[in-house]
Amino acid sequence: MISSRRLLVVASAAALAVGVAACGSSDDEATGGGSDLSGSIRIDGSSTVAPLTEAVAEQFEAENSGVRVTVGTSGTGGGFEKFCAGETVISDASRAIEPEEVEACEKEGIAYEEVRVATDALTVVVNPENPVNCLTVEQLGAIWGPDSKISSWGEVPGLKEDFDEELQLFGPGTDSGTFDYFTEEINGEEGASRKDYNNVGENDNATVTGVEGAPGGMGYFGYSFYQENEGALKALEVDGGKGCVAPSAETAQKDEYVPLSRPLFIYPSGEALEKPEVKGFVDYYLDNVNAVAEAVGFIPLTEEQLQASKDATAKLG
Amino acid sequence: MLLQDSKPRYGEKAIQGLLAACGILSVLTTTAIVFSLLGPMIGFFEIVPAKEFFFGIDWTPQFEPPSFGVLAIVAGTLNVTLWAMLFAIPIGLGTAVYLSEYASPRVRRTVKPVLEVLAGIPTVAIGIFALTFILPEIIQPLWPGELLGGAVGKPFMALAASLGLGLMVVPIIASISDDAMSAVPHGLREGAYALGATRAKVAVRVIFPAALSGIVASVVLAISRALGETMIVLIAGGSTPNFTLNPVESIQTMTAYIATTATGDISTGSLDYKSVFAVGAVLFGITLAMNSISIRLTRRYREVYE
Amino acid sequence: MSGGPSSVTPRNRLAIAGARATTAAMLRDQPRGDVIRNAAFAGLLFLAVVIALAGLLALLIQAFVEGAPALSPDLITNPPSTIFPEKAGFRPAIIGSLQLIAGVIVFVVPVGIGAAIYLEEYADKSRWWNRLIEVNIQNLAAVPSIIYGILGLAFIVRGPLDLGFILVAGSLTLALLVLPMVIIVAREAIKAVPDSIRQGSLALGATQWQTIRSQVLPASIPGIATGVILAVSRALGETAPLLLVGATVFVTFDPTPFSPDGYSAMPVQIFNYALRPQEEFQALAFAGIIVLLAVLLVMNSFAIWLRNRYEQRW
Repeated sequence: MISSRRLLVVASAAALAVGVAACGSSDDEATGGGSDLSGSIRIDGSSTVAPLTEAVAEQFEAENSGVRVTVGTSGTGGGFEKFCAGETVISDASRAIEPEEVEACEKEGIAYEEVRVATDALTVVVNPENPVNCLTVEQLGAIWGPDSKISSWGEVPGLKEDFDEELQLFGPGTDSGTFDYFTEEINGEEGASRKDYNNVGENDNATVTGVEGAPGGMGYFGYSFYQENEGALKALEVDGGKGCVAPSAETAQKDEYVPLSRPLFIYPSGEALEKPEVKGFVDYYLDNVNAVAEAVGFIPLTEEQLQASKDATAKLG
Repeated sequence: MLLQDSKPRYGEKAIQGLLAACGILSVLTTTAIVFSLLGPMIGFFEIVPAKEFFFGIDWTPQFEPPSFGVLAIVAGTLNVTLWAMLFAIPIGLGTAVYLSEYASPRVRRTVKPVLEVLAGIPTVAIGIFALTFILPEIIQPLWPGELLGGAVGKPFMALAASLGLGLMVVPIIASISDDAMSAVPHGLREGAYALGATRAKVAVRVIFPAALSGIVASVVLAISRALGETMIVLIAGGSTPNFTLNPVESIQTMTAYIATTATGDISTGSLDYKSVFAVGAVLFGITLAMNSISIRLTRRYREVYE
Repeated sequence: MSGGPSSVTPRNRLAIAGARATTAAMLRDQPRGDVIRNAAFAGLLFLAVVIALAGLLALLIQAFVEGAPALSPDLITNPPSTIFPEKAGFRPAIIGSLQLIAGVIVFVVPVGIGAAIYLEEYADKSRWWNRLIEVNIQNLAAVPSIIYGILGLAFIVRGPLDLGFILVAGSLTLALLVLPMVIIVAREAIKAVPDSIRQGSLALGATQWQTIRSQVLPASIPGIATGVILAVSRALGETAPLLLVGATVFVTFDPTPFSPDGYSAMPVQIFNYALRPQEEFQALAFAGIIVLLAVLLVMNSFAIWLRNRYEQRW
């Protein structure tokens, strides 16, 4: 029986060691710049904006090792819910705050400002073999609308090019802000879409492989995914009423790429901005956002837009 | 007098109570599960008619206008489970028969631990393997042309998830069936051999029927695991609710729906939120049903040797 | 064959073997068709084993091939990075996973062993409430892991316990998931201890608890330990429940058990990396799989060694 008892002791010691090691190592802070800022900043919201916020948070933490920033991805709506309940101090959003959410924040007494941080150009991609260069918003609506029965490119109304491949549609899940925005702008109502497209859920990579592999393939996602895969896919120009415009940094910044360029926001809360670490973070965010935006595939703000954002923050804090 | 029962030891009773409490925790857990599902589920059925839910084949909760026919995602679950079992049962049973009747002890000693390794692989790894290898390198090159719509150009596929699921449950079937077959008394085998039967005949006609209860139990256990699996189907099966058993289409299972929606952009108390619990309740119900079938089956087929 | 080695080529060998088998079959009065059928049957069985092993091999090889470019000490020491995928690592996820399973062990060992002891040593099986407990444990072992996620979300993170999205909530959720498994294995281990040991102890005047504590439990510890290790392996690789109880945030710092700032875990981080477009993240996901598989392999080997070393033969 002695060996069993020894075994028990060894086992518990091992478990204890694991626990202590795990807890103990949290004391090793990453080597970072010393600063006096400390505390924790909880951010949640859009999974589109998250890569941008994550990148800023990463660099901020490297320079301020006493601050912990967490970035969640519950979605724009989920983020606002937590924000207006006081659970987060900044909300990432790929659309403007909606009236019900405004009410909820007012009820809890949460003051906030809408701070634009970047622009995203929702890109519609097709297979490189596809001769079509430009589609109007109406044509896109005809293809993606809830009652659409179009199954081949030949059936697209008003198509100038001679192309009749079978239409293979790829799109994000109904959970995503990208889906919400696309359906709202192209089909007139958020959530209104034909149901028989290839739903890639969270995995936009699958849209890339899908459209690449199907001659009549078509999909949509954020600009960063297009940038990552520029050689493999063709981006369509979109005619929002003023002629065919290709998605790019310039066209999005100048508001020419309509209606698929969308502003991306963060919503800091007034109360949080009174804390030095949050104020420091938001200031750092705006000071560095343009550099970071390019790195993660978003379209940076113009000088004007950046100044407007800084003014909005100053108004709150 | 020394051997007579003195006053009761309260310490003993206290310990017994403490231990009983540990056991009762299991009942509490089940109760908690039922309760956590019940509230939002009732709220769900106040808005969505039960007939639409249980008999509808269109599951599009976040489209405008939404449709709540759960059969679409139930079909997705059945789809992947069916094809997974069609793969796993022959492979698993074949492996079990081989290990128990044909393999030398050395082969057995090497293969059994390797099967344990297969059983221990995290499902997220199997899911990524299914999506990035099974789908493009195995299914798409080997699938006959346009059969059932063809496999080319599909980013997700029920069959890819099925094969991944199948790989995951093969060790369950193989291990438990092998144990069951090995437990058959040697006397039965030796008697059959003495009568001139070949190894194949012994395996199929003598051992297999004798071990049937264990084999059936292993298959039922495997089906339960496959029905309840989330990550493999989430990664490789797709997110398109599709009322079909066609293996080369994109589908969405109940588990994948719960995972996607609960981590996505929904607000507490909304209809989407409640639908997660309604689907969870259906899944829980199916699991309980399968489990009682399994218990009843093992009880009925248990063979007595002595 | 007496003709010297030079006359026995591979083709000859095959022919010789075939001739031998057929002759032997005929001598045994076995129709040739049967021989072929038996051989085919054995061949199919062997094929089944080969397919199963090939599947496992393909998975491992793919993980190594795709993940090798990202393998480096950075993996363990660096936090995740969105801007510098080359420098990204799994550090918070690894620490998170270690803390999670430490929590699972702390909860599951006393409760699991306690329940097993109760069911095997104290419970009167004819009572309905004891049968209810048994049935419950069997059912819970079959419940899908995502349902435990829902339970965790509704009862532990919110609801009565209201712990919030903290690491301990994740630990508790995982513990509930693997508890039935531990109870079942512990019961088997306790059941394997022969009754004679118990009777002998009681005959010498020990109480029931004294018997359990000094005779039954120590004898069943190797079996119980194996069960705990297997349960911990399962908990280490689980993703679905953690997705629901909050392990999905982006954390670059080392998580702690009670901090409301969020936590991460290995399988969740792997899942997260696999969904990003950049190729470096794909390689990172595979590298993470390699790390996770290595840890699991070590744990399972330890369990097997434990079982073999301390197995009691009565």
